[in-house]
Amino acid sequence: MIKASLTSATKRFGETVAVDGVSLEVEDGEFVVLLGPTGAGKTTTLRLFAGLETPDKGRVTIAGSDVTRLGPAERDVAFVFQQYSLYPHLTVFENLAFPLKAPGRRVSAAQIRKRVEEIAELLRIAPKLKNRVTALSGGEMQRVSIGRALVREPNLFLMDEPLSSLDAKLREDLRLELKRIQRDLGATIVYVTHDQLEAMTLADRIGVLAEGRLVQIDTPRVVYERPANIYAAQRLGSPQINLVAPTALAVGEVPGGAAQVGVRPEDVVVAPREGTNGVANAPPKGVPGEILTVEHFGVETIALIDIGGRQVHALLGPRTTLTQGMPVAASVRPGAALYFDATGARL
Amino acid sequence: MSVAAYSVGEASPRQKLLAGVLVVAYALVTMIPLVWIVLTGFKSPPASISYPPQVLFEPTLEGYVNLFTTRSRQTPEYIESLGPAETWYDALVRERNMVITGKSRFAGRYMNSVIIGFGSTFLAVFLGTLAAYAFSRFKVPLKDDLMFFILSTRMMPPVAVAIPIYLMYRELGLSDTHLGMILLYTAVNLSLSVWLLKGFVDEIPREYEEAAVVDGYTRFQAFVKVVLPQMRAGIAATAIFCLIFAWNEYAFALLLTSGTAQTAPPFIPIIIGEGGLDWPAVAAGTTLFLVPVVVFTVLLRKQLLRGITFGAVRR
Ligand SMILES: Nc1ncnc2c1ncn2[C@@H]1O[C@H](COP(=O)(O)OP(=O)(O)O)[C@@H](O)[C@H]1O
Ligand SMILES: [Mg+2]
Repeated sequence: MIKASLTSATKRFGETVAVDGVSLEVEDGEFVVLLGPTGAGKTTTLRLFAGLETPDKGRVTIAGSDVTRLGPAERDVAFVFQQYSLYPHLTVFENLAFPLKAPGRRVSAAQIRKRVEEIAELLRIAPKLKNRVTALSGGEMQRVSIGRALVREPNLFLMDEPLSSLDAKLREDLRLELKRIQRDLGATIVYVTHDQLEAMTLADRIGVLAEGRLVQIDTPRVVYERPANIYAAQRLGSPQINLVAPTALAVGEVPGGAAQVGVRPEDVVVAPREGTNGVANAPPKGVPGEILTVEHFGVETIALIDIGGRQVHALLGPRTTLTQGMPVAASVRPGAALYFDATGARL
Repeated sequence: MSVAAYSVGEASPRQKLLAGVLVVAYALVTMIPLVWIVLTGFKSPPASISYPPQVLFEPTLEGYVNLFTTRSRQTPEYIESLGPAETWYDALVRERNMVITGKSRFAGRYMNSVIIGFGSTFLAVFLGTLAAYAFSRFKVPLKDDLMFFILSTRMMPPVAVAIPIYLMYRELGLSDTHLGMILLYTAVNLSLSVWLLKGFVDEIPREYEEAAVVDGYTRFQAFVKVVLPQMRAGIAATAIFCLIFAWNEYAFALLLTSGTAQTAPPFIPIIIGEGGLDWPAVAAGTTLFLVPVVVFTVLLRKQLLRGITFGAVRR
């Protein structure tokens, strides 16, 4: 069942086209992550769902009905803002209870208390309920923000980079918790981020946004392995995909019309050109190059290789013997290369 | 809030002492006129005008009694015939061969000040809050020009338009009415109020209201529940500025009021006693006149301290 959708939604701000003909269908219970850099139109897309912006063109549906012209209050969605979603003049409890106290919702005081306590328990902020929100740490504040959305059971959760202001460790913790809670509640979430790790780990499907357009929407795996174009290919993977001329790396048969070849670092095969201990190996396959740097990250090692003046990242095993300055031969794992035409679309 | 580049450490005892001395010295200098007025209120009329001025004197409540009463001079025989004085203030007055003939108009004038001062402050802040919110949040056509126009009403001294206002008020029947004075002070204060308050509203992120609206509140409810509480400091600071202006205003009060709606400022300096101004009564009136503003400011001082930085240090 489709829980929410945008149909060719366009939103302009003066000259800027913030959202450009985006069509997107979110299934019930699905976790969709919109990924894109700053200014890609992520926030505006969420605001279109919430009714905080009205599209210039296109339609919005939520729970099967057309809500394009309805105000935010009538859509029954919850929005977690990037920042500033907690009221500094209220306590944690009051902040969590705020959505339930909205006129027309008619929730009894006892029910409010029960629900707020449940959510506080779920998010592990129960001991802080009486505190002012200004006395909380960043991680606690973010939990309360998410809690404010969870106290209700809305049709749709919209989350605008809710973890972006936290440090790495907290972000990871909250990410895991969020995923767990979403599964437990069967919540439908549209989540916005510019962090590919968040997108990869949270999403059932990732939507890649570029300058207001939805470039591709698919499972993280498909977006990673079969990106729609260069832009989508570059959004996922760290280090980024290597882009080289079709002839720069020995990639076998290049299809006609290919202007660039993309090779993920893990698909670059690197072998030393000279045998170790002076013993000559069989001459390695591939184009000659030289190792510029080697970075050890524990579980993996990343080498930057100079191939005919072009720099290419390669993922090496943790126990590699390659070191800086070594002459190497680089090739591509068969079938792993991605081909892009002159417009950037994948062939 | 940005973090200062230097560390703010505890001051050394010597620095504290020096700072303390400076503050006390400054306070003394600024408070001397005030103290003199308060003291004069407790002097007898002769002591108040004696030369050289008396610093040490026998305090009396004569000034306060004179402030609130009208009296007439009588012969000692007549006073004798009245029998013993019933109250302490009757006794006090009779020592000067006078009897109390009634209440003075001071209490009425003081009430006028309270009604007009607080009334116009309330109106200026109330209207200012709504206008500031609208200017901050809505698409108002010619917004910048309107804001400039509002400010421009303060670009000349208000007294410059005294004559037109006088004539206008006479035509409209607003002269010497509470309503007229409240409207006038509201009009003068409104530009300050709109400008100050707009700054405070601008400081409050829209996301707060948007969050409330998404949660099912109407825009107006969001304004009341989310924006107003966060404007408290700004509203308090603005109210104090407006009250101080309206409370102390002299020129228009002198020009436009004479009876029913006369405020205390034009009244106090012309309290006449025997043989000229009754200085202790004037000083007593001035002292009492200071009280509401001081109390109001002290009550709101916590808000004021936060508000007076004009949003610079909010969080
Ligand atoms: N209220 C607005 N007024 C004018 N321009 C806006 C407004 N909101 C967003 N934009 C513009 O629309 C584009 C997309 O913005 P946004 O949706 O906030 O991107 P993101 O959240 O991906 O960073 C940006 O170029 C931004 O400057
Ligand atoms: Mg954004």
